[in-house]
Amino acid sequence: MAALLSVNAVSKRFGGIVALDDVTLTVQEGEIYGLIGPNGAGKTTLFNCMTGLYGVSRGEIMLDGKPIHNRKPHLIVEQGFARTFQNIRLFANMTALENVLVGRHVRTRAGVFGAVLRDADTRAEEAASRERARALLDFVGLANKGRTLAGHLAYGEQRRLEIARALATEPRLLALDEPVAGMNPAERRQMAELFLRLRAQGVTLLLIEHDVKLVMGLCDRVAVLDYGRKIAEGTPGAVRSDPAVIAAYLGTEAAA
Amino acid sequence: MEIFVQQLINGLVLGSIYALVALGYTMVYGILELINFAHGEVTMMGAMVALTVIGLLLGLNPELPGLLVVLAGVLIAVPACMLLAFAIEKVAYRPLRRAPRLAPLITAIGVSIVLQNAAMLIWGRQYISFPQILPQMSFTVLGAHVTSLQIFIVLLCMTMMAGLWWLVQKTRLGRAMRATAQSKEVAMLMGVDIDRVISATFVIGAALAAIAGVLVSAYYGLAHYYMGFMLGLKAFSAAVLGGIGNIAGAMLGGLLLGIIEALGAGYIGDFTGGFLGSHYQDVFAFFVLILVLVFRPSGLLGERVASRA
Amino acid sequence: MLEFLRRPRTRAQARAAIILLAVLLAVLPFLVEAGLSRSWVRVLDFALLYVILALGLNIVVGYAGLLDLGFVAFYALGAYLYAWLASPHFGLHLPFWAILPLGATLAGVFGVLLGAPTLRLRGDYLAIVTLGFGEIIRIFMNNLNAPVNITNGPQGINLIDPVTIAGISFGKTQQLFGITFSSAHFYYYLFLAFTLVTVFIAYRLQDSRIGRAWAAIREDEVAAAAMGINTRNIKLLAFAMGAVFGGVAGGLFAAFQGFISPESFTLWESILILCMIVLGGMGHIPGVILGAVLLTVLPEALRYLGDWQRAAVGEVVVDPGDLRMLLFGVALVLMMIYRPEGLIPSRQRKREFHAEDGVAAQEQASLYDSRA
Ligand SMILES: Nc1ncnc2c1ncn2[C@@H]1O[C@H](COP(=O)(O)OP(=O)(O)O)[C@@H](O)[C@H]1O
Ligand SMILES: [Mg+2]
Repeated sequence: MAALLSVNAVSKRFGGIVALDDVTLTVQEGEIYGLIGPNGAGKTTLFNCMTGLYGVSRGEIMLDGKPIHNRKPHLIVEQGFARTFQNIRLFANMTALENVLVGRHVRTRAGVFGAVLRDADTRAEEAASRERARALLDFVGLANKGRTLAGHLAYGEQRRLEIARALATEPRLLALDEPVAGMNPAERRQMAELFLRLRAQGVTLLLIEHDVKLVMGLCDRVAVLDYGRKIAEGTPGAVRSDPAVIAAYLGTEAAA
Repeated sequence: MEIFVQQLINGLVLGSIYALVALGYTMVYGILELINFAHGEVTMMGAMVALTVIGLLLGLNPELPGLLVVLAGVLIAVPACMLLAFAIEKVAYRPLRRAPRLAPLITAIGVSIVLQNAAMLIWGRQYISFPQILPQMSFTVLGAHVTSLQIFIVLLCMTMMAGLWWLVQKTRLGRAMRATAQSKEVAMLMGVDIDRVISATFVIGAALAAIAGVLVSAYYGLAHYYMGFMLGLKAFSAAVLGGIGNIAGAMLGGLLLGIIEALGAGYIGDFTGGFLGSHYQDVFAFFVLILVLVFRPSGLLGERVASRA
Repeated sequence: MLEFLRRPRTRAQARAAIILLAVLLAVLPFLVEAGLSRSWVRVLDFALLYVILALGLNIVVGYAGLLDLGFVAFYALGAYLYAWLASPHFGLHLPFWAILPLGATLAGVFGVLLGAPTLRLRGDYLAIVTLGFGEIIRIFMNNLNAPVNITNGPQGINLIDPVTIAGISFGKTQQLFGITFSSAHFYYYLFLAFTLVTVFIAYRLQDSRIGRAWAAIREDEVAAAAMGINTRNIKLLAFAMGAVFGGVAGGLFAAFQGFISPESFTLWESILILCMIVLGGMGHIPGVILGAVLLTVLPEALRYLGDWQRAAVGEVVVDPGDLRMLLFGVALVLMMIYRPEGLIPSRQRKREFHAEDGVAAQEQASLYDSRA
């Protein structure tokens, strides 16, 4: 398997705070890669660096061998890397379907003239987009919610809508920031099943999660961040028995 | 060289007035993140009220000593503007504290229109002249011409700024203001009465603005219902130049802008081979504003706050 | 009115409504002239002009959520370009259909030039910078009469050619098909045509890939960027589109008035157009149209206040013209406090302004921390 994403010695500072300190990791094509660590460890910051919302202070990030650090977010999406947010960031006053359609933006072309003239190409593109968006809503289990305003959806539905919206950009790599936070066990199982279906379709997943059981059961490999440093990486089994990890994180969580 | 010194002095005088007005913008922005568009109009109101009082007093007895008459004007104008600002905040801004960002800005524009047109209805469209009652002396410094009024303006502005500095750094109210600017939630938890702090901020800014209004009309010898608009914009530019939200920045920005403007107006003809003349003076503030916002949005003294995704 | 047209119950009803509206619009200037006076036909013309302007600004403010207080600059550019190319000022007399595309392009280019460096600023800063830009343009218009006379300074440019179509000059009253058309009538139909095109374009843009991208940026710029939208370009596009409408309206205005001066392009004009949008319902086309018509017609109606005063007290105590802006200001404040979504808002906008935990209320942090 080839490395789809490689993070090489990335550091990120905010003034005096070192949020990421020399982090190196690689995500292989086709795997589910877990990123865990206590609150404030720098997981979300790493996501933000990878997806272009933050620049890196040092180091490099490559997607498929091409550098993506310090690039504009939309270019990274175009290269096939999409994400969701820990604190859901949907377009609350747009419908669920419109939210997914926004995700189609990067894979469609129609400009002002197409919009005004609605020529055959534009109509075809729009129809295809809508069809695809409906299929994605269906895929995440929101088939009958297309016309509902995103802000009116239930919490779990919003999380799933965010995934559908990200999928609409046709990512090869999908980064999910705490996608099952705040869900009950039944919903979590549903989500886990959704992730497996995604992988079966060839999407590589990068997953930040606190639910250790879920991560351990789902991920092929796991990295552990603590205070901005990677303290362990490997199969779930190996990481679970790593003393540094137990001390930093699992010790407290596993005991609970 | 004489032109240079002369323009430098003119710039310093104007700049200290800008600084005084800029403080009002920066304090309110520091606490509410609101561009109080109406602040320039409060300045204008200060000038208008003072001139009305001065006119009335001189009407009663033209022999009254000039300094005393002007002082009386100021003593009425300052509380009048404080009251006005208090009312504006309470009626127009307070209901919108939780509204989307642009709502209070639009309201502020509305308030500005109201004040300007109210002033036009009350005082008319014509220029009102500032009576020549202040003692006039003039000196020559390095070949440049300096009047006693200019010196007085600079000194008074410096004093006011020093006073404000003391108030913000040393008093209980000042501490509460700084705490609120840092974080409203935390300040509230620490027992700060946010509403009172915000009112106080508006009121203090208005007091400074009223004085600035009187000074600027004394300096130019004129007042006009429209004067607050340009003055306000320039002062706002000054606040941005210094780093909005930063009190020392407003002072620095005001002085710098005044000097840039004066030197710019003095030399623009030479730079453009006579193509553009000194009537482009008003353009400088906007160029400075745009350049600062584009290249260093945090201003000279402002610190950059990292954004969160 | 348009709302009713968009949600007709049956096809026949829809057709009937459209025909009714078309007939009404077609005879409106004659009704107005008969019922009120010819000067009211001019008011009608201005109302249409403002509908174009407001819909243009609405693309920027309503769709993309960018507060532009310098919109009048593009209006001015269009107007001055028209005056330069069709008046004795430079001795050029190009036909209007040749100038309008030039004006639209010029305004659009200026929109991009202004937007490129400023559009990453946060909302209220953008407002002030655009305001500054508008003032700079006005100051230049005011002063570029020496040493080379480009704008003729505060006096403005006179004797601008009226629009001529099929040999008919719109500048004077003429008989056509046995009906008397005044200049105001001709321009009414011209402006109406432009207005209809504008409305059409505004609807089409809103409901398109680009329109959704604008909405996404307005809702949450960071999320929009993370979903693959090139926020800078899409915002520039909004700016340029708005500017194009401003430029076209400016050209129409110059031809209609026959005279322009910097006085017509002050900040207050920008604010007036913004008021129309806010009053009617930001982002909602029928609302914006209503706002533009109301704010053009009401001040004219206010003139009657002068007559009433004369009748009641024997003299005009308060000049109604002076009262106009004051009332606008009051209306703006009251609207923002009591009905920020406008008179006829879109359903979405209503929610936005009344949601307790609304996303709109959440701070829209700027996007890039380390490269800004
Ligand atoms: N924009 C920012 N500005 C300043 N500090 C930040 C910013 N973003 C994150 N941080 C800091 O970086 C650290 C890591 O945060 P984060 O990546 O959110 O952790 P996690 O997602 O692992 O819980 C925290 O100390 C946080 O306060
Ligand atoms: Mg996190």
